[in-house]
Amino acid sequence: MSDLPAMSSEPILRTRGLTKRFGGLVAVNDVSLDLHVGEVHVVIGPNGAGKSTLTNLLSGDLPPTAGEVMFEGRDIAGCTSDHISRLGIGRSYQKTNIFLPFTVFENCRLAAQSRTPHALKVFRRVEGYAEINRLAYEAMESAGLSHRSARVAATLSHGEQRQLEIAMCLATQPRVLLLDEPLAGMGPHESQRMVELIKQLTADHAIMLIEHDMDAVFALAHRLTVMVNGEVLESGTPEQVRSSPAVQLAYLGGEELLHD
Amino acid sequence: MDFAFFLIQLLNGLQYGLLLFLVASGLTLVFGIMGIINLAHGSFYMVGAYLAWSLSSLTGSLTAAILLAIPLTVVLGMALERLLFRHLYQRDHLYQVLLTYGLILVFEELRSLIWGDDVLGVAVPALLNASIPLTENLSYPVYRLAISGVCLLLAAALYFLIQKTRLGMMIRAGASNRDMVQSLGIDIKLIYTLVFALGIALAAFAGMINAPLSSVFPNMGSQVLIICFVVVVIGGIGSVKGALAASLMIGLAETFGTVLVPEVAGMIVYVLMAIVLVWRPEGLFGGRA
Amino acid sequence: MNSRLQQFLPWFVVGLLALFPLLENTFYMQLLTKVLIMAIFAMSLDLLVGYTGLVSFGHAAYFGLAGYALALMVPKYEAVSLWWSLPAAIGVCALFALVTGMLVLRTRGIYFIMVTLAFAQMLFFVFHDTKLGGGSDGAYIYVKPAMKLGDFEMANLEKPAQFYWLALFLMAATYLLLRRVLGSSFGRALLGIKVNEHRMRALGFPVFRYQLASFTLSGSLAGIAGYLAAVQYGFGNPEILSWHQSGAVLMMGILGGMGTLYGSVIGAGAFVLLQEVLSNQAWFGAAAKHWQLAMGIFIMLVALYMPQGLAGLAQKFRGKPATEGADE
Repeated sequence: MSDLPAMSSEPILRTRGLTKRFGGLVAVNDVSLDLHVGEVHVVIGPNGAGKSTLTNLLSGDLPPTAGEVMFEGRDIAGCTSDHISRLGIGRSYQKTNIFLPFTVFENCRLAAQSRTPHALKVFRRVEGYAEINRLAYEAMESAGLSHRSARVAATLSHGEQRQLEIAMCLATQPRVLLLDEPLAGMGPHESQRMVELIKQLTADHAIMLIEHDMDAVFALAHRLTVMVNGEVLESGTPEQVRSSPAVQLAYLGGEELLHD
Repeated sequence: MDFAFFLIQLLNGLQYGLLLFLVASGLTLVFGIMGIINLAHGSFYMVGAYLAWSLSSLTGSLTAAILLAIPLTVVLGMALERLLFRHLYQRDHLYQVLLTYGLILVFEELRSLIWGDDVLGVAVPALLNASIPLTENLSYPVYRLAISGVCLLLAAALYFLIQKTRLGMMIRAGASNRDMVQSLGIDIKLIYTLVFALGIALAAFAGMINAPLSSVFPNMGSQVLIICFVVVVIGGIGSVKGALAASLMIGLAETFGTVLVPEVAGMIVYVLMAIVLVWRPEGLFGGRA
Repeated sequence: MNSRLQQFLPWFVVGLLALFPLLENTFYMQLLTKVLIMAIFAMSLDLLVGYTGLVSFGHAAYFGLAGYALALMVPKYEAVSLWWSLPAAIGVCALFALVTGMLVLRTRGIYFIMVTLAFAQMLFFVFHDTKLGGGSDGAYIYVKPAMKLGDFEMANLEKPAQFYWLALFLMAATYLLLRRVLGSSFGRALLGIKVNEHRMRALGFPVFRYQLASFTLSGSLAGIAGYLAAVQYGFGNPEILSWHQSGAVLMMGILGGMGTLYGSVIGAGAFVLLQEVLSNQAWFGAAAKHWQLAMGIFIMLVALYMPQGLAGLAQKFRGKPATEGADE
């Protein structure tokens, strides 16, 4: 378990009163949370608690109904997802969302390409951009996929597709990572790898992690937020959350946190 | 423009709009529920009109012709759904476009082989062959009023069918969740066949009742089809309510446009569509883009 | 097939085609000219459908618009210079594609198909109902454009062989240009958008801008084909931008195989020849008048049983995916 680092630094990403309504249904209600570089902020809660919706609000996949999302001091609520991605907030998807007919390398290369200022260059061969290729290789390397470089993504195992999901996210060089259940459906060995990877990334990234695997949660979390019915039930250090009466009441003991 | 003239244009616009609704509602239901695009939808409007011509010359009565033709078009619709369209539900729209485009060519050539390429006239039923005088020299044909009345009745029936009946509930559920409906043990295939046949029967019926007014001529289906596309885009895919609103809007816009600004009348509907695309790309009553 | 051969095959084919006028068969040369023009048209649509994932059913709009642009630019009994009339016609198409693109790209899927068709139809009515382009009769081009450098006449387009070479040159140039564009990072991004538009957006790609660029380029290239067609037939009438033209070009693309470029060329050839054969009165007599019946049935069979087109069939034998550029 990690120690809580000094909280004096300004959060890189901060939400206040973030709310999303779908018609009459309130999926996310008045959520305020902070992400700091060097810190993993884990969000847990039962299915339907609004965790994925929260991720979608931060990444711009969905526009919030109310509230603000401050990234480095400016409000990005309602910005489009491509804009937010270019600002430096990357995300992975709970349901694997990759380019299935492309090779692993091509997946990562496309991701890295999005960072070049003149991506609308029409006449130069794509292979000619050394910088993009380097970024793509580095991303594959970090996610442990270098040996799969030439494989078509559709032929990868489920766990490898999850790794590719992360690699693509990394290739866009984000400073904030929003990881939506990266361990879902992974075997124990693959999970361990992913936990190590996230630990490494913590040093120079601010990470929001949505996860059900409690071993991983407590191995990684600097900060823990419990969501229920779209609202924040409790937020604090893992110890604080564990000993919170509200959480204990809701879950009837820490063990129950494992269940949905 | 004096009042009687205005009234005539208003009634014409409403009648045209309501007729468009019959064709467009079937189109939008098939789009919304089965997710397929049917370019040949207009061909059924044409088939309806030609059947009305043939059967009314055979029986001497348009009413009898319509009563005979409706079951024929329903059977045609069901057969085509079983034979062709069923293979396309899971396929890319590209192939739906291509298949139904091929179907248009087939329909047009069969029409040419069976009925020839001349413009044919259908007589207004004797019972409705009258006019209501409005002023000394302006009057309004009863038959047009009758068409509007029948269309309104059908619109109400359609609303009742979709909102209040069990079949309508299944149709609405099928639109939102195919797997769920299937898992409830409801035969989604049967629903699809019925919806498709219903849509085709509505289009063909529109062709039949409009035959005395528009006469019967080659390529009459394509014209209607493209206007109906505009209706569906403006109204929102899958929305019968939207189809009604957009049909009336376009019926009125085109009728008044032809009278007031004849040079650009053909473009008015497209300008309306462009405005809606800028303002609400998902359509007036559409939930999703 | 090894990659060396693959690289030279297109040039070999172009070289063979360049020799065709030596046979001095004007009928087949003009037919082949039509194939070349349609090949440009079909390739321009392939950029949109096969590489960007946007199914347009209104592509004839740009084809026809370029024809009308030329017809309106030509003085009645004089030749207009190709050097400025071709770029001007392309420019008109690019502008129209840019404006309509901004509207139609707000929609997706079935909506996109309907809206592209509707805008093409709008243009049809503009030329059909107004006197701008001669109404339903169309506008005539009595003298073909001139290709002069100073006083030197580079080519005389009144001569079928020289016009054929121009069409061949422009077809090869279009192919090269598209190959180049599709091999660039821009081209890869388009393919990414076709495969997974949502993810491209999440990766930071301004998808709309890419699609608009592709749409505009596609419309401009269709303009080259439309310009050439107007020169070949000597007139532009509303039929050239009717939706049957849009349907035909889509059919050519699919018949050859979408997403392969060269498939569009093969498809255009197969389609034009098929049309020629089916409507041949010497062979089919009175039935030739109803050739569209056979064509309609053929189109339906292709849609049902040959979704990858001829290129797909060829690649099935070689065991490769039909879409190029997806693998390194």
